[in-house]
Amino acid sequence: MAEDPKRAPAPDSPEEMSRRKFFVKVGVGSAAVAALGTAAFAYQYLSPNVLYEPSPIVDAGKPDRYPPDSVTMDPQTAIYVVRTGEGFFALSAICTHLGCLTAYKPDLGIIACPCHGSKFNKDGVKIEGPAPRPLPWLRMWLSDDGNLLVDRSNAIAIKQLVRV
Amino acid sequence: MANSLDNFVNQVRENRIWRSIFRSGSGDSNLRRALFVQQNVFLHLFSIKARKRVLEFSATWYLGALTFGTFLILVITGILLMLYYHPSVPQAYADMKDLQYVVSSGVFLRNLHRWSAHAMVFLVFAHMFKVFYRGAYRTPREFNWIIGVVLLLVTLLLSYTGYLLPWDQLAYWAVTVGSNIASAVPLVGAKMRFLMLGGTAVNANALLRFYVLHCVILPVIAVIFIAVHFWRIRKDGGIYPGESASEVTSK
Repeated sequence: MAEDPKRAPAPDSPEEMSRRKFFVKVGVGSAAVAALGTAAFAYQYLSPNVLYEPSPIVDAGKPDRYPPDSVTMDPQTAIYVVRTGEGFFALSAICTHLGCLTAYKPDLGIIACPCHGSKFNKDGVKIEGPAPRPLPWLRMWLSDDGNLLVDRSNAIAIKQLVRV
Repeated sequence: MANSLDNFVNQVRENRIWRSIFRSGSGDSNLRRALFVQQNVFLHLFSIKARKRVLEFSATWYLGALTFGTFLILVITGILLMLYYHPSVPQAYADMKDLQYVVSSGVFLRNLHRWSAHAMVFLVFAHMFKVFYRGAYRTPREFNWIIGVVLLLVTLLLSYTGYLLPWDQLAYWAVTVGSNIASAVPLVGAKMRFLMLGGTAVNANALLRFYVLHCVILPVIAVIFIAVHFWRIRKDGGIYPGESASEVTSK
């Protein structure tokens, strides 16, 4: 160690650190480490690990509940089940602008948001308004007992109909 | 009559108990009045002397004092409302309705809280416009303007967090929209929204978090900054007397 010039500076050289400066640095350094630890602790404490929220997977019932060429909304789960001539698909009812619940207007055949006036067609494609994106299609499949299931947390990029 | 009243007041002032509280005595001379303000833990935030001009209505329109007045009303009515309100789903909505229709004077206190909240937001803005257009934010008062901006933000956050507590449709969708606006912050937006709501949607956790923010954290921050705000008025040379008055004094 003695051969390391940094470890053994010449006395009174400008690089020499006084005992006071050393302890100030140690003190400030440990306070900084403690502050970082506190920040991490606070962040973790404030992020819940378990959420008691409704399941993202929704049972939409038997396909024959839905008349042909219909748009059916369930306000509780915020999804539309759309039945076309060829099959079914599920659409999120949450506006992509700021998260309001949209509504289907049967007389106009469009989906409209009451908050800021966004409008979408039955495929979720934006017609007008501040919404930045179309309404997402949600993954839909048939369960073993023949019910339509929708996963609200799973938006699908490729639009696919569920044929029954 | 006036004499006997004066005598009585003087007797009280020289009374041993009174003098144990107000060591320097009170009233009867400018020195005693100054000492009374200086030695009082609450009043020492304020100047011991003020120009007559700054106490006139036209100088400030009393907007800062009125803002503080609404804040006091909000603290008192807010504490009373807390005695009947449970921050849980869906009890919160029922408690709000109980306050309106079942609790004696509940509707009065709730409306007083609500209207004072609206008035406070309005008065904060009016106070800031008045300070701005008079130029009272300039040196040496620029730091107090910054504290005022912090108090504006705290006022708006108090207003926003209180908005969720009735747990009605208006509250629910306003906070849904508001928290989605927060999530538009680049990079950390979604995480911020998660921390703010304590979940992915406006739910029981969000109600509880907003309740704690509204009733504890934000009022404590407000009180601390209000104290500094008042103290800085004294430290920065009192309330701004206006352009003409400061010219007169500088000549």
